[in-house]
Amino acid sequence: MIESPVWQPTASRDALKSRAQQLAYVRGFFCERNVLEVETPVLGRHGVTDLNLDGIPADIRAGRVQGGWLQTSPEYPMKRLLAAGSGCIYQIARVFRNGERGRRHNPEFSMLEWYRVGMDDQALMTEVADLVCGWLGCERPAQLNYRQAVFESAGFDPMEISDDDLKRYCAQWLGPEQLAELSRNDCLDLVMSFAVEPGLGFERPVFITGYPAAQAALARVSQQQGHPVAHRFELYINGLELCNGYWELTDPEEQRQRFEADNQQRRLAGKPEMALDSAFMAALEAGLPECSGVALGLDRLLMLKMAAKTIEEVLAFPIERA
Amino acid sequence: MASYSTNEFRGGLKVLLDGDPCIMLENEFVKPGKGQAFNRVKLRNLMTNRVWERTFKSGESLEAADVMEQDMEYLYSDGEFWHFMLTDGSFEQYAADAKAVGDTVKWLKEQDVYTVTLYNGAPLSVTPPNFVELEVVDTDPGMKGDTAQGGSKPATLSTGAVVNVPLFIVIGEVLKVDTRTGEYVNRVKSS
Repeated sequence: MIESPVWQPTASRDALKSRAQQLAYVRGFFCERNVLEVETPVLGRHGVTDLNLDGIPADIRAGRVQGGWLQTSPEYPMKRLLAAGSGCIYQIARVFRNGERGRRHNPEFSMLEWYRVGMDDQALMTEVADLVCGWLGCERPAQLNYRQAVFESAGFDPMEISDDDLKRYCAQWLGPEQLAELSRNDCLDLVMSFAVEPGLGFERPVFITGYPAAQAALARVSQQQGHPVAHRFELYINGLELCNGYWELTDPEEQRQRFEADNQQRRLAGKPEMALDSAFMAALEAGLPECSGVALGLDRLLMLKMAAKTIEEVLAFPIERA
Repeated sequence: MASYSTNEFRGGLKVLLDGDPCIMLENEFVKPGKGQAFNRVKLRNLMTNRVWERTFKSGESLEAADVMEQDMEYLYSDGEFWHFMLTDGSFEQYAADAKAVGDTVKWLKEQDVYTVTLYNGAPLSVTPPNFVELEVVDTDPGMKGDTAQGGSKPATLSTGAVVNVPLFIVIGEVLKVDTRTGEYVNRVKSS
């Protein structure tokens, strides 16, 4: 069977128009708050070490620079700007993640990322709510602890459950051989995707906070009821994950350890190890100001605005038509 | 044998699962932003026709199943096998057993074209077109009861299928029948 090429966009003209209005709204929002818009490279020399983020390699040939990556997020260059004294900044960036395609995923998407110097995660959550509710006209989000959210949907305590019991719970989706391959974090992600997330944020938007420290990535960690938890938050509306924010880690030594742990996990998973971004590490050593940062999926925000069921309804051309 | 990784999953893919050939019906990709991705897949087992729902961790793969769908003309039955011939001009013939033919047997008319699914080169199933045209070989005259009973009666078609038809239908007429529901559609004008 030969499929004839489809040239038309998948988004309606209304969706294209709403996208343009959303961009104008976002720029107005940050202009009013004196947050500086910046642009950093989409094409970078380094990829990221995150176990579950697969970059798309780029065949760069430019003198001393040979090879590189399309960026999965503008985080590192933006933190370098912060370390250089930029003050509060935001960026509307195109980012790229390999292998991600589904109702809510396209390998290329628009990310709104911003950093607020001197703010903690609570203050940034308030700002996220201002931005999102101001655009969607929705109720202000509630806040729910990760531990409580999992308990309410799945009926177990994610901080206390043993690895064996967690795997037994996951046996409703996976066979024994598949389960043997899963780490504790993988199991928790499975539970989040299939048992918790589909029910989150329907009555009103909800921030999930207090993630297990093992899912902290670049967030600070502190103790909560005897368990180390990450200062990380995610916003869910109508079962859709909209953003991921941190009270940022500023300690270069701890950051280096987390990168190395990431690479160790990549090795175990049979994925290529990623070289540490030395410029980013040097910026951390020079000193990242105390700040919080968040990344928000603009295509998903538009999906909510348009009540769209699939991401292609808000993209001019999803990857199959790109 | 080729295999498909989760990032190649899509509707229509034919794969081996637990040793049986399956066709992928739906593929749902889920992934928390920084977390592990999974694919939730619906597949129809082509041996049993049952629909399975399975979950795969991103990066897992499934072996490809050598399954092909081909248009073939029905030739004849020798009592044990039903014989079909490719319509691509090759005249290549395939013999399907009773299991492969299944319920389609009641819609088989010589020289009509059917979709034959081949697994490892042998017929696995036979699918009729959505509509077939068959002759009525037996039905009541249909004079009585046409007011009281809502107006239908059974009619036996040339292939042995029995369908409910309006009372005015008589033996020898050719009917268009929907094979998906087994329902009468209309009379076919005899030329």
